[in-house]
Order: sequence, then C-alpha cells, then structure tokens
Amino acid sequence: MARITYMQAINDALAQEMERDETVVVFGEDNVGGTGSPGEMDAWGGVMGVTKGLYGKFPNQIFDTPISESAFIGAAAGAACSGLRPVAELMFVDFMGVCFDQIFNQAAKFKYMFGGKAKTPMVIRTMYGAGIRAASQHSQALYPLFTHIPGLKVVVPSTPYDAKGLMIASIRDDDPVIFFENKVLYAVEGEVPDEAYAIPLGEAEIVREGDDVTIVAIGRMVSMAEQAAADLSSDGIEVEIVDPRTLSPLDTDTIYESVENTGRLVVVDEANPRCSMASDIASLVAQNCFEHLKAAPQMVTAPHAPPPFSPSLEDLYVPDPEKVADAVRKTVGQGVAS
Amino acid sequence: MSEATGLTKLGMPKWGLSMTEGTVVQWLVEEGAELGKGDEVVEVESEKINNAVESPAPGVLRRQVAKEGEVLPVGGLLGVIADASVPDEDIDAYVQEFQATFVPEEEEAGGPEPETVEVGGKNIQYLKMGEGEGVPLLLLHGFGGDINIWVFNQEALAAERTVYAIDLPGHGGSTKDVGEGDLVSLVDVVEGFMDAMGIEKAHVFGHSMGGAIAGSLAIKHPERVQSLALIASAGLGEEINGEYIESFIAANRRKEMKSALGLLFADQDLVNRQLVNDVIKFKRLDGVDEALRKTANKLFPGGKQADVPDLSNVEVPMLVVWGREDQIVPVSHSENVPGHARVEILDDTGHMPQMEAAGQVNRLIGEFLDSQDD
Amino acid sequence: MTEVAGAKELSKEELLDAYRTMRTIRDFEERLHEEFATGEIPGFVHLYAGEEAIAAGFMAHLDEDDYIASTHRGHGHAIAKGCDPKAMMFEIYGKQDGLCHGKGGSMHIADLDKGMLGANGIVGGGPPLVCGVGLSARTRGTNQVAVSFTGDGGANQGTVFESLNLASAWDLPCIFVIENNGYAEATAQAFSSKGIDIAKRADGFSMPGVVVDGHDFFAVYEAAGEAIRRAREGGGPSMIECKVNRYFGHFEGDAQTYRAANEVEEVRKEKDCLMLFRRRVTSAGLVKESELDQIDEEVKNYIDECVREAKAAPEPTPEHLVTDVYASY
Repeated sequence: MARITYMQAINDALAQEMERDETVVVFGEDNVGGTGSPGEMDAWGGVMGVTKGLYGKFPNQIFDTPISESAFIGAAAGAACSGLRPVAELMFVDFMGVCFDQIFNQAAKFKYMFGGKAKTPMVIRTMYGAGIRAASQHSQALYPLFTHIPGLKVVVPSTPYDAKGLMIASIRDDDPVIFFENKVLYAVEGEVPDEAYAIPLGEAEIVREGDDVTIVAIGRMVSMAEQAAADLSSDGIEVEIVDPRTLSPLDTDTIYESVENTGRLVVVDEANPRCSMASDIASLVAQNCFEHLKAAPQMVTAPHAPPPFSPSLEDLYVPDPEKVADAVRKTVGQGVAS
Repeated sequence: MSEATGLTKLGMPKWGLSMTEGTVVQWLVEEGAELGKGDEVVEVESEKINNAVESPAPGVLRRQVAKEGEVLPVGGLLGVIADASVPDEDIDAYVQEFQATFVPEEEEAGGPEPETVEVGGKNIQYLKMGEGEGVPLLLLHGFGGDINIWVFNQEALAAERTVYAIDLPGHGGSTKDVGEGDLVSLVDVVEGFMDAMGIEKAHVFGHSMGGAIAGSLAIKHPERVQSLALIASAGLGEEINGEYIESFIAANRRKEMKSALGLLFADQDLVNRQLVNDVIKFKRLDGVDEALRKTANKLFPGGKQADVPDLSNVEVPMLVVWGREDQIVPVSHSENVPGHARVEILDDTGHMPQMEAAGQVNRLIGEFLDSQDD
Repeated sequence: MTEVAGAKELSKEELLDAYRTMRTIRDFEERLHEEFATGEIPGFVHLYAGEEAIAAGFMAHLDEDDYIASTHRGHGHAIAKGCDPKAMMFEIYGKQDGLCHGKGGSMHIADLDKGMLGANGIVGGGPPLVCGVGLSARTRGTNQVAVSFTGDGGANQGTVFESLNLASAWDLPCIFVIENNGYAEATAQAFSSKGIDIAKRADGFSMPGVVVDGHDFFAVYEAAGEAIRRAREGGGPSMIECKVNRYFGHFEGDAQTYRAANEVEEVRKEKDCLMLFRRRVTSAGLVKESELDQIDEEVKNYIDECVREAKAAPEPTPEHLVTDVYASY
C-alpha cells in the first residue's frame, strides 16, 4: 500500500497489465512522445504524463500515433477483434467528434451486429472536465453521450484507488470501455495497493453514509459532495454519498436502496444538464422510488452552456460545495444559505 | 499536559492504524457510577467497527465530557474517572486545561507500521508492538483474516512484551503464494518467521485456523511454544461451517461479503461498511481468491476440517476462548482440549471474540499471561 | 500473354475454386436481385455482381486467419473469404439461424472465425479496422495480413486518408483495395474525385499504388499477390485500385437513371469476369468447358437450396432483441 496520485495509479494499472499480458498495448498521440524525433524517446509519456515511463519497460507495447483519432481509435477496434487488448488514448474527450463513428457505430456494435461472435476488448482512455482554463473544446464532460450507446461501458473513477482497480477491470473486460480521467484529479493522492486488483464494473461506492439525503456524485463531483456533507453535518443534515464509479453499467440498486432510506435525492454532475446522467438518475429514481420520495429530486450541474475560458466564469461553471449544500437544504425544506 | 493526582483520563482510543477519530455512540454508565478497571464505559464507533471503551482504572465516572453523537480525534477527552473524594473544582480545572491544550496527533505521525520479512523466499507482513522483557507473543489470524483482527488486543497485550501479529501467506499484505496451502506449510511459515525474527520461544495465540497452526506448532516444537491461546479455534474437531468458507471465497460484491461476514458476529451491527470494504479490497487483489481456494481445499475439503492435531500430549499452558454463538466452528469443540487447559465460553459472542468481546478476551489473556509468571 | 502467365501459377484445383467462388457470388447476387423484387427481403441490399474477380483474386491469397474489412456491398467479399453462403442467405432474410442470427442483415454480414470483420454500413468504416489487425499481427509476431475494401466513394472519406497514413507510419501489413465502380451511389467518380486514378494517392502516403482491371481475375490475382507477399514480409502497406463496373444499382430498387443507356449491357458482353475467366482457362487448355459447366449447375442448385431454406427458416425469437449487446453487463 502506498500513497500515490490518481495519475500514478493509472500508470501503475497500465504497467501491471502490460507486464501480465503482452497483448495489452497502449497507444495515442504522444503516449510515448518523441518517436522519430532527434531528441529522447519517452519525452512526454502523454500530454499530461500519464503514460510516462512505460516505453522504457515495454518498448514493444506502447506506440505514438499520428494525429488521426479516427484511424487509431478504429485501429483499436480492429486490434481488439484480432487478438490484442488495446488501450487507446483519445486525449481530450472533446475530440470524440472526429472519431465517434469508430466508437459508436463500429466497436460498440460488433458483438450485437455479428450475432455475438465478436469480442472487442478495448479501452479508450480520455480526459474530461473543466477547471484548468482549457475553454470550450478541452473541458467538457461528455460521458452521457457514450453512456447512451448500447455496447459501450463507461467508467468515471473519482479516487486513485478506484482509478487503478477500474482501469485493470476495464482492460480485462471483453467489451469496449470508455475510461474517463478527470484532469483536475490527476494530482490527488490516495492509498493504493501495490498489487494489481480489479474493481467490478457496475458497482457503486458508498462514499459516506447518512440517513437524510442521498447525493449521487460523479467523478470529481464526489469531492464537492464530501465538502458539502461536512458543512451540512454541522447543521445536523447527514447525507449519504453514492459514487456510481461506472455509468454504464449503472448500479441502480445501490442508488435506489439509498434513496429508499433517505427519501431525498440530489445528483451532482459537472456535465451539462439536458439528457445527462443527472437527468437520467433523477428520472430513474422518480420512476422506481416514487413512493419513498419526500421531496423532488434535485440536480446540481453545469449550466446549459459550453465551458467558458475566463477563470472567473469557469469557476462559476462547475458545481461547488455551496451549490450542492443549497440543493440538499432545498430537499429538506430549509432555506438556502444566502 | 499535567495529570492531576487521582484523575484518570478516559480518552478516545486508537483502534487500528487508520483510525484518526471516533464517534461517541452511547454512554453505557451514568455520571457518578462506580467503575472497576476494565468495565465498559462508553460505546464508540470508528470507521471500521463499534466497540466499548473500558475504564483504564477503578474509580467513579465523574464527567461525561463527550456528548453522544460527537466526533472526537484519537486521544480526545471522552470523560474523567476519579475517586469520589476528588473535589469537583479539580475535575473542572482538569477538563478545562485538557481542552485548551490538547492537540490531536497528526494523521501521518507515530504509531507502528506493518513491516515485511522474508521467510523461505516469500514476503511475510507483520505488525510489531511493545518492547518489554517478557517472552514475545505471536498472534495468528484465521482463514480470510489478517493482522487487523487483533486491532483491539495487540496494544493491550504489548505492555510487557513484544507482540507480533502476522499476516499468513495468501492473507493481508503477505505473499499470495501459499505454497502447498496446507497446515504443515502454514506451520513452517510461522516457524520460519520465528527464525527470521530471532524468536526462540513465544506465546503463540491463534484465532480459528490460526489456532490450528498454533496447536500444531506446539506439537512439533514444544520447546518453542511458551503457551497457547486458542480462540474459536480450528483443529479441535471435524466440523466447520463449509458454507461460510465457500461464500467467503465466492463473494466479490459488497452485499455477498456482508452476508458472509455476518456469520462471524453475534452482533450484526459490527459488520459495517468499512469492514466489508476492507475485506472486499483484500479479496480483489490478484491472486487472493486462488490462494484462499487452495488453502480451503487443503484445510477444509468438502466442508470438513482435514487436520485435527492431537493436542493430548501438549503440556504448555493453554487458554481456550469461545463465543457461545459461534456459527463457524462449534463451541462444543472447546471440550476437545487437554484437561489442564483453561476454557472460557463467552455469552452473546460469535466467532470473533477478540473483536466482539475484546475487553473480556484481553482480560482473560492478561490473567493467563500473569498466571504464567514469565 | 500475362493472363496465361498468371494462370499458370495456379493449380487446376485453385482455378476451379476461383471460378466456383465467382460463380457463387454471381448467382447469389442475381438471385437476390430477383427475390428482392418480390418484396420478401427486408431492408437495404447492395449487390456485388460484376465485381467478383476482385474478391476472388484477393482471397485466393489469403488464409483463414488473415482478415478483411468490407463495405456495404459485402456479399462477394464474405463468400470469397469463406463465410457460409447459406447462413448468409438466412441472414439476409433476417432469420434466427443467419450468420449473425438475424441481427446484422446484408449490411453487417460478418464471421470473425473466417477473418471477415464485417460488411460495413458506414462508408469508409473499414480501413481503420484493418490498421488494428495489422498492428495486432505485428505485435503478436504473426505473418497475418489485413485487407480493406473501399469503393471509389469511400476513397474520399477522411478515415481512408488517415488509415493510409497510419498504416504507413506504423509500417503495417495492410492492403487498401479501392473498388472503383465509377459511382458513389449515383454520383460519378469523374466528378467526385475528378476522375483520377485513386491509386495515385498512395504516393502521398509513401506506399506503392497500382491500378488493375477489376474484371480480370488474373490481373487482380497478380497485383494482390505482390502486395500481400510484400506485407507478409514486413514491407508495409499497399494500395490497389481495381477499376470495375457494378451490374446493378447502388441498392436494390435503384432505377439507375444516372447511368448511360446500355452501359451495363456492354460491360456484360465485353468484360464480364466469368466470361473472361472461362475463355482464358479453356483456351489455354487448363480447364475443360464441361468442368466449368458442372460448377455452374452445382452452384445454381445450391443457391436454390439456400433461398428455399432461408424462406422457410424460423424468425428470431423475442428474447434475442437484447442478447449479445455485451460480453458481460
């Protein structure tokens, strides 16, 4: 057990799986960083350094790609159908626009369209989320678009422990998995076992227990919910925080059980609100836990606007603990703090 | 801070390495109650488990400082125990001074950390506590357990001696390579651990499967075993709850694990989220399920215990502790021990007396050790 | 003569196999053309008739563990790669025992066990996939190759350009085949690619590019052989443009008013791949007319049987609506 960052946890998972299984290959733009250049190889290890050091250990299992997401994401699908377990990096999820066909029309559907014969064990690693002043085309939280597609699995880890265990599970999974890494969380530290371990996809984590209000929070929003929970607790409101960890499959049982106990739901999601995980979870709870609800479900999300550049605007864009606490207070019939 | 004469602090205990704070669940005695040493005073909930805090000294509970529901850091002031003769003003002054000067321990600071030693080419993790002159003591957990099952006991036993809690192969932070995975190989590992640590002779205390190991070690090497304490021990009869073994190995989801672990305790509230999460986290490590499977196949084939070592010629002092509500190894096995053994059956206690009735078990063990006068 | 030289590389058995493949594709497609008109076949059907020499010429070089990625016009590639024509016919009728259990249909016929990565409903969808197969072969140290088929319309998709570049950058054992039948749906290649030889684009990706007559089995066989051999030996990717004609419309039901009068009739008369093949192998004395006639007869009966059984086969049962979405969920 060691205290390592979310980024290092992902790197460890990749390294351990590449070591265990030589059909695990990693590629993406600058994942090595420096191929063909006059200077050193492994100069970058990914634009954020997540894959740094892997080239030195596994020179035949990690590759740089041209900036051609359509070709190399499609190549991941083809490789997955023919004996590899590729982990391809779609650097920022905002770039899905140039390669989505390869994901949702090809990889996601092979198994179904081909009558069950295909196996497509691939992972697409991708960064999401606002908070680093990267503006509208590098800051979105587009996981609902992927969650919508049958055949894809969608993973959004919130801690270093989960990042490692879910990455290992994703690599070992026989379906295409979209693995969302929050760029603000990369530096967050936590206790992570040195050994390899797999967290099953489709199991929510109960981050905090409480009897008054259920907060379902996704990815980085889990920490916002935890901060809000501490404030609310001093006011006598005990929230239960459920982190779904994977959006597809979604552990609805854990969410329902929690809401059946608390009777109140707040969903915290940094994605835009329409057709989102927040609206989906609120709707599922309304359909399935209606008789237990004591208040209308609340959503705390980014506004229906692209992520802005200016720090003063971006800071307003992402849900914060105050907004979460206000939504919780609303469900228990208290006025919001002003 | 100064300890006023005749005053005893009732502090928030530290149960396990990761505990930084605890919640006061319920006071078990009123202010003004007479307390003996070891009486249960207040129920506290840590992240991992609920337990009663015991009075460290005889006296009167003069103040309940912490309120029910309050969260205190480790070392924080729960209450004050003092003789009835101590004036109220002294008590108040003590409380005031304590609260004004108390600084909680930094999370990272202090406390023993688990260490690793190589035994027969394999890494064995252990936690060492205490430095006294007494004969050292080894704690051996049971199937699926680890050093953490001794969280309420190890420190209490370490006042006069060094106490080593060991993670057996396939368990905790030790190697996942269980070798043959049978009782003989486990005994070899404990023997090898003693060699590696330079321990010639030790008190060897085992829980469940760890009891079978301890007993076997005493048969093989009576000269190395000062005394035996067998807690809800395996190795004393054929019966064992095979369904528990199977469901523990099979469980990979929280719900499955919670229901499996429920069989261990008489009080189901003890199976909280953190306990279940800790066990699940361990179970999900690569190699663990295979290690447990192999060990279970060797030790408990077909839901029976394969090894029932003959303890009849073991002459070392022996303490046998069992929970009357044990659903894993029948309490009747406590009868299958040599005549000189002291046998204690605890009411309202399941398969984990050292956790569920920690105070009683610590007291029994303390008396047992004192009686040996080592 | 080159065609005789090409023919001499092949054993008599291989020649008969190639002919049987082309004849099977032709009969399969012509029969579908008839049956589609009756309204019994659901959905979209895009027929390969006229282009058989390309599928047969390439697949004659491929082993079962080599992979191909096909197009929406995929029946010919599937048959030539070894997919079971009867199971394909069942599939096209949407039946439970179809090659894809009725979930794919004509546009998604696939059989990974045969190295057939699927017909593909997305124009330009296949080339990225074969890059992945090439990467897999290279990483695992096999000498497998991967071949993508793309039309002249698909050749203008960004995926194709990206894949040519990726295959070149990674030195992959991939062959990119452009089946240029002159039309992207109804729009002429003369307009959409300025009528150029598409294979010229290969030069821009630092790989060999050749143009062959897609009606001529032997020309295709020879060009394919060279590119596949090079790929197996680690020489990297190639592009081959096969100029050809399709006998039917873009899809069944296409009135083809964009085509010249008698365009297809003249091709059938002058350049039909089966006719050319028959003429060459018989005139060179390699195969007897009667042997080819016998194949014609056998294939005709077999396709009859396929259609008859497909029509009578059971529909998928409702539970299959939601099976095989995931390996596990």
